[in-house]
Amino acid sequence: MSGWTRKDLVGIVDLSAAEIGTVLDTAKSLQEISTRSIKKVPTLRGRTIANLFFEPSTRTRISFELAEKRLSADILNITGSTSSTAKGELLKDTIRNIESLKVDMVVIRHSCTGAPHRLAEALNVSVVNAGDGINEHPTQALLDMFTIREKKGRLKGLKVLFVGDILHSRVARSNIWGLTKMGASVVLCGPKTLLPPRIEELGVTVTTNLREAVKDADVINLLRIQKERQDQSFFPSIREYAIAYQINSEILKKAKPDVLIMHPGPVNRGIELSSEVADGPYSVILDQVTNGLAIRMAVLYLLSGAKSIESKKE
Amino acid sequence: MDVIIQNAKVIDPKNKTNAVLDLYIKRGKIAELKKDIQAKDVPVLDAKNLCLIPGLIDLHVHFREPGYEQKETITTGALAALKGGVVAAVTMPNTDPPCDHHSVVDNIIRKAREVPFHIFPAGTISQGRAGKYLSEMVDLKRAGIWAVSDDGDWVGDSLLMRRALDYASMLDLLVITHAEDHRLSADGVMTEGLVSTKLGLRAKPNASEDVAVARDIELARLTGARLHIAHISTRGALDFVRRAKSQGLLVTCEVTPHHFALSDEALVRYDTNFKMNPPLRSEEDRKAMVEGLKDGSIDAIATDHAPHTQEEKMLEIDHAPCGVLGVETSFGVAMTELYHKKVLSFEEIIHKMSVRPAEILKLPAQFGQIRVGDKANVTLVAPDHEWVVDPAKFASKSKNSCFIGQKLKGKVMATVCDGKLWQWEKIS
Repeated sequence: MSGWTRKDLVGIVDLSAAEIGTVLDTAKSLQEISTRSIKKVPTLRGRTIANLFFEPSTRTRISFELAEKRLSADILNITGSTSSTAKGELLKDTIRNIESLKVDMVVIRHSCTGAPHRLAEALNVSVVNAGDGINEHPTQALLDMFTIREKKGRLKGLKVLFVGDILHSRVARSNIWGLTKMGASVVLCGPKTLLPPRIEELGVTVTTNLREAVKDADVINLLRIQKERQDQSFFPSIREYAIAYQINSEILKKAKPDVLIMHPGPVNRGIELSSEVADGPYSVILDQVTNGLAIRMAVLYLLSGAKSIESKKE
Repeated sequence: MDVIIQNAKVIDPKNKTNAVLDLYIKRGKIAELKKDIQAKDVPVLDAKNLCLIPGLIDLHVHFREPGYEQKETITTGALAALKGGVVAAVTMPNTDPPCDHHSVVDNIIRKAREVPFHIFPAGTISQGRAGKYLSEMVDLKRAGIWAVSDDGDWVGDSLLMRRALDYASMLDLLVITHAEDHRLSADGVMTEGLVSTKLGLRAKPNASEDVAVARDIELARLTGARLHIAHISTRGALDFVRRAKSQGLLVTCEVTPHHFALSDEALVRYDTNFKMNPPLRSEEDRKAMVEGLKDGSIDAIATDHAPHTQEEKMLEIDHAPCGVLGVETSFGVAMTELYHKKVLSFEEIIHKMSVRPAEILKLPAQFGQIRVGDKANVTLVAPDHEWVVDPAKFASKSKNSCFIGQKLKGKVMATVCDGKLWQWEKIS
């Protein structure tokens, strides 16, 4: 049906526009499941999925876990603190052990770029990247694109602005690959210290001037600013960061009346985003959370190679 | 050991020899070098179609002993080097304990002699490579060091470096600098540029090397010391070297095979065998290295042979140690990338891999040339022999090569080191 052939989802960089479209369409068809009184389909019944979170995560982990449950998969949760990695066991050995337990799929979050890629190469089972280092967070980009498409009816031709720490953002990087493939134009805005070198060569526009950048944006996607970047001299203070790069109702006066405000969470209220905007009418932050579930169900379903979503209803 | 190597094309750039000759090695020494040598009861090696060149000299290796024998030992490192046609090497002092005491020097040289192999150790610049107090260079020199370096720990304290250069120049010791401002490199695992942006890896800019090279050159100017820039990798650093040379400073530099053969694109699979320091640079920098070899601003090819265990290299790219093997592939890579691509002549390759390293170190006459009366240190090579790099065949204890699976053209067939013949391939 879908023509999906990939074993793994490690990066949006690898996907074609058609493949991204397939994930988004599949997610659309799965969305309804979560509105039923019995929110469960038997699609992945009898399959085991290991969630390996070597880096703290609440939202992404919970979203994956719930998606797996709604597809009736069996789940193995391993987090950085409970796994053997703290004891110096090699990541590869951890995974090989899990593979020996006949797990069918591995969802991995890791603080090192490339960890999911190396695993996907080493393992026969499907690997889903739930965020690697400062590189990619594919399901986040997919749910962001899904949300934009849901609200705006399209991606092509839209102007999507990212504000904040682009340098260390896997959300931004995955979105850049995805949105440019889908025909949207991407604008990146942040202090120069937090903009990756030569990123404009990926076909995006770069600016340090937020006031100008918000003017014609259809979507503003905020990135979480981490306080420890101040210690590394990326910016002088959180206070100054907020003065220059906070999205608040004042600056939104310059924006389009139908602009969407997005944030991958968790929000630093009062720093990158003011509370009134986070909770205001432009904000689709909670829709992102809801849609994340459908996207992750779609990804797991497509990678599983299951023939259909509900061969028999439970 | 006695042997006659017959019909080899002897190429010795220093003595301007380029002719098919026989070489008679008698009790380890070069007894004769001429056409049609006849001698009774001496084994003969027919080296028809092969080239006999001065033994290769590698200015930069890590043989890991003492302290990291799980990666390499002096014996395995020396065997790997011999297999690569190398008869002498400068070992870097980042061992445990570091090479900052005469007893460590003694140990290294003694173990090399047992092979036999020639190690010209680099001692440390500072005690414990800690960048605080100068090491005892007089005593170290007496024990047998030929250079000083703090290796990967660049001497950040400019005053200490000034004193080190003054003190070393008093002893005519070569000062080797791994020029890198570590504050600027921060937590980078590859070079900063478009590729690092695409791959989402933390990166270090060329400037971290450039600024360090510039400072060290200015201190060499101030002190008159002999400064050797290890594994140069950026266009900017090379321009500083060019300028220094044109001004008559005693500044030399080396480049590794991986820095003239590969660029940062090699990291696309996040393979830790492409993680080294300095990192693989941009294609533009790679081309600058080739240009520097061609115009002579780069004096030598040195490998920075840096063995690491597979367990270490199995780690995530952020955590895996920097470094790749070199000695067993350097001749093949140099021939493939420089000779067969017509960047350098065969004589120029020998110049960069033997003649010039001997000059930079001020080695005795038996190195960097083929001369009757000297101990035999020569390498027999097949310039057109094609082979595929197979880690299973490495003599090194480690397997972390960035040329695994690559087809190379140009192979070392046999090596004579300190008069002992090592034959690696069948020679008809």
